[in-house]
Amino acid sequence: MKILVPVKRVVDYNVKVRVKPDQSGVDLANVKMSMNPFCEIAVEEAVRMKEKGGVDEIIVVSIGPQQAQETIRTALAMGADRGILIQTNEPVEPLAVAKLLAKIVAEEGPELVILGKQAIDDDSNQTGQMLAALLDWPQATFASEVAIANGKANVTREIDGGLQTISVEMPAIITTDLRLNEPRYASLPNIMKAKRKPIDAKTPEDFGVDIAPRLKVLGVTAPPKREAGIKVESVAELVDKLKNKEGVI
Amino acid sequence: MSILIVAEHDNTALNDATRAAVTAAKAIGGDVDVLVAGSDAGDIAKAVSGIEGVSKVLHADGKAFAKPTAEAMEALILPLMDKYDVLMAVASTMGKNFAPRIAAKLDVMQISEISAVESADTFVRPIYAGNAMMKVQSTDAKKVVTIRPTTFEKAGDGGTASVETIEAPSGPFKSEFVSEELSKSDRPELTAAKIVISGGRGMQSGDNFVLLDKIADQLNAAVGASRAAVDAGYVPNDYQVGQTGKVVAPELYIAVGISGAIQHLAGMKDSKIIVAINKDEDAPIFSVADYGLVADLFNALPELEAELTKIGL
Repeated sequence: MKILVPVKRVVDYNVKVRVKPDQSGVDLANVKMSMNPFCEIAVEEAVRMKEKGGVDEIIVVSIGPQQAQETIRTALAMGADRGILIQTNEPVEPLAVAKLLAKIVAEEGPELVILGKQAIDDDSNQTGQMLAALLDWPQATFASEVAIANGKANVTREIDGGLQTISVEMPAIITTDLRLNEPRYASLPNIMKAKRKPIDAKTPEDFGVDIAPRLKVLGVTAPPKREAGIKVESVAELVDKLKNKEGVI
Repeated sequence: MSILIVAEHDNTALNDATRAAVTAAKAIGGDVDVLVAGSDAGDIAKAVSGIEGVSKVLHADGKAFAKPTAEAMEALILPLMDKYDVLMAVASTMGKNFAPRIAAKLDVMQISEISAVESADTFVRPIYAGNAMMKVQSTDAKKVVTIRPTTFEKAGDGGTASVETIEAPSGPFKSEFVSEELSKSDRPELTAAKIVISGGRGMQSGDNFVLLDKIADQLNAAVGASRAAVDAGYVPNDYQVGQTGKVVAPELYIAVGISGAIQHLAGMKDSKIIVAINKDEDAPIFSVADYGLVADLFNALPELEAELTKIGL
């Protein structure tokens, strides 16, 4: 079985993002970039499946600027086998990403695509579901546990208020939630080894996919700022404020 | 303009988020119809017909919709979209699951988790876990929108919409519901709770979370945690509040032994009142807290429990 894992290069989750003064977006100059945390979980899950056996190859694909190659290298160092970079400096919306991925799926023929449930930059939470729709494959989103047997994937999903288990026919799309696993750190030898793994370079035009955005960004602003309040001297004072001033308890 | 809202419910009770969606739909303008897809969900359809502002209720009932998969929802909703300009769902795990599927089938770019409606085609949505707000205009002919329910008023009763029964596709679909395990806790769910009390690395161990549990019981609060506490293994991952965990906006958020890393603040800074208890007076959490208490949490928590008991909680 082949597994395809799409990964996205995003602002590191520890960075406090700043909105540009001209409201055109978020300032990305000199900001630390990393693999989207949910994508890391997707890579880890694929690698664990391969370690258990039954997986021949893990292909990692990223869509983005030249530097997205580093994100692919990170996945290769974690244990993926080869990479595909679809290079573009334009912003690519989830619908266009899904269309590009559908083309890759048609070329590569994976039985499973594992993606992060959302990217922590635009928080759309769409790509996996859209890819499933375009391929007419079943989807198991927000996975916290995956078991594959007899051409089916039994997936436990994190839903509001608890967990749900569904069974999906393969080939299928799985999107990862936080509890699925804890991604490993790549070892130095594996980082070195990853440098020799192949990465194919492509462009959106190679696939004949129109990536022109459907949403026009009219402005990006900072959310209303929170002011620091007061320090209270004692627990009794705190309870008094919460009960009598704020009425929240 | 005609809008189709997909009602959020569990076949026994209508989720209030549906009422928030009606408010958001009214801001777009036009006829607002609501689809109730369920199993033995006649009472839900009836409840929805009473919401002010709803023109018509479409009720689809079938076994496959007791716990519908995204594939079943697609089979039901996609044919209906010939007649509607906007599909609106709640950004719950349910809506997030099926809405993008339908958007892709319609070849439109979904606008996820909107927090405000500016006009019929322009919306505001949080990005970077709420650290920036993006205003977007959709150029697609049809629109698929999910809403963040906490930012819209809940439409009240007073409507007299008709209920039209429509056929529910019966499958088989490529995915199947197997089982569900809902948290049996008597406490409210983290994202729905009016009060949340969270612990950080300062709790020092998972066992110490019992100190928070007691107070949570008194306040009918949900218990959360910072990523640091989760990473340290004190509590499971589903406790996590933050950019990579759950985003909460309760009326009262109590952060205990949490320093206030950016990743945590992203998940709770929209709370109405924030209380921070931390022994480090320079902790960044105090810069967003309405009320800060510089104290050792192992003294403060038992005191808090006692004070709450005093006021009858």
